[in-house]
Amino acid sequence: MEPTQIGQRSKAEERRMLWLQVKQNKECYLMMAPFMLVFLVFTIIPVVMSLPMGFTDFNMVQLPKFVGLSNYTTLFLNDSIFIQSIRVTLIFAIFTGPLSYVLCFLLAWLINELHPKLKTIFTLIFYAPSMANVYNVWQLIFSGDSYGFLNSKLLSLGLITSPIQWLTDSEYVLGSVIVVQLWISLGAGFLALRAGFQNIDRSQYEAGAIEGIKNRWQELIFITIPSMGPQLMFAAVMQIVGSFTAGTVAQSLVGFPSTDYKAHTIMTHAYDYGWVRYEMGYASAICMVLFIAMLVCNKLISKLLSNFMD
Amino acid sequence: MAKSIEAVKGSNKAVGNRLAGTIAIFAFLLILGIFMALPIYLAVIMSIKPVHELFVFPPKFYVIDPTLDNYRDMFKTLSDMWVPFSRYVFNSVFVTVCVTVAQCVFASMAAFVLAKCRIPGGNFLNKLIVTSLLYQSNVIYIMQYIVMAQLHMINTYWALILPSVASPMCLFLMRQSMSTVPDAMIEAAKVDGANMFTICWKIVMPNQKPALMTMIIFAFQAAWNIQGGTLVYKEALKTLPTVVNQAATAGLARTGVAMAGTVFMLVPPIVIFMLAQKNVIETMAHSGIKD
Repeated sequence: MEPTQIGQRSKAEERRMLWLQVKQNKECYLMMAPFMLVFLVFTIIPVVMSLPMGFTDFNMVQLPKFVGLSNYTTLFLNDSIFIQSIRVTLIFAIFTGPLSYVLCFLLAWLINELHPKLKTIFTLIFYAPSMANVYNVWQLIFSGDSYGFLNSKLLSLGLITSPIQWLTDSEYVLGSVIVVQLWISLGAGFLALRAGFQNIDRSQYEAGAIEGIKNRWQELIFITIPSMGPQLMFAAVMQIVGSFTAGTVAQSLVGFPSTDYKAHTIMTHAYDYGWVRYEMGYASAICMVLFIAMLVCNKLISKLLSNFMD
Repeated sequence: MAKSIEAVKGSNKAVGNRLAGTIAIFAFLLILGIFMALPIYLAVIMSIKPVHELFVFPPKFYVIDPTLDNYRDMFKTLSDMWVPFSRYVFNSVFVTVCVTVAQCVFASMAAFVLAKCRIPGGNFLNKLIVTSLLYQSNVIYIMQYIVMAQLHMINTYWALILPSVASPMCLFLMRQSMSTVPDAMIEAAKVDGANMFTICWKIVMPNQKPALMTMIIFAFQAAWNIQGGTLVYKEALKTLPTVVNQAATAGLARTGVAMAGTVFMLVPPIVIFMLAQKNVIETMAHSGIKD
């Protein structure tokens, strides 16, 4: 009897201490309140809500009806377009994720070797496409008639004999969209890496030269990467988000739905069920799958990168 | 003696290699840079082509007789639509200013607390912010709509502004930058009797200009690109990106005007980025995620 009483009292004591601490810092909580309130309502609640919503049948008019796992079983067993969209998303993610990550890294590294004026210019050039939704320019380039810039160039070079329908031919749709997605993928992650390179202590390289490091390649492997772990992680998170949630670019470039669902990503699929068919429960289940994929990917990368970090 | 000559030769060779390397790097960057810049260049070129040059075959990569007609048309013809073009511009500017200001003020205060105050729950919130970096996307769009509908905010300016105000990325960047402020400075201010609010705005923030500029840039970019989507379907509340996209899909006849709109969309973020680029790089250096 005795010990539990003591345990209870100390628990009550603890709670009182905690409450005192909270009261003491009420100014701090008050300062956080505006951000946290908006964050709670428009980010946390929607994320948390999509979990139970995925188990219901909800059309926005009637109340949600609990249907158990049937949304998920339908998704994986009966929805061939969803399976197709997973394939498309993975292809997308492979190109715009790792490829663009490596590109971000490579460009940030190379730019850092240049003269300061050139640094500024190149940073702007590479970063500019992600600044605004300007990808509709690509409609002129990929235009399917011979007035399209790409078609007319290829025609005049004699590489093709008739114009290619870049945005509607099921063979080229995905490729075209990937090019555009890559074009706009050098965003915040790229800037973070740029900054990371800029910030490395130059004297480390001098020390390295004495220790027998001969070229840029060795500098990169032995000095630069180990001291940039945190930036690498931040950039990785940014690239994951960008590559997994791609979809809007494809939708506005190749139309919705795209020819033979060739550019139909998971995001597009969720859009389809959410906004075209108003099956919110099903759409939430799709989003949940995407969440989990992103989380797993995030964990994997942080494991992978922790090997490089000190 | 021979050895030292050998060494000099070796280092000359190394210098030569390095120079060749630099030239190779420059060439590589130039090629990629042309690929990256070409679409934007084309947008600019197409936006200043007169009508009779727009439809020349084959399409030209340069302009013979530049004109600002497309820009004039963009403002004029589009303002003859039942919602004047100036209304879209106003919507975009209004939303952008609101989002940017609210985001910077809210995120700065929250970042200060998370970086510098040891409070119950602080650790949890820090972790939450890092995790939610993954969720700042259109994945939660559907649920956001339902929340909005419950709050009766559909078809109001609130629907455009509020979802973008709480950006975990901006909070995160600010927090990283603020955590470099020495604790002693804050303790000293506390001893002098300043409250947390004063310490945040009078002592810490004046030293955070680079981070603030970075936040402004990211907030501005995000806000400038806000499209109402399904949250706003009243024509009078739509923003510039929506209209520019609509014009772009309206077909070949509007190409010039659509490109003028595109350039018009691109100029403000570029100008702001140019003005603040140094600060951005400085702040992003603190952006790293540590476990």
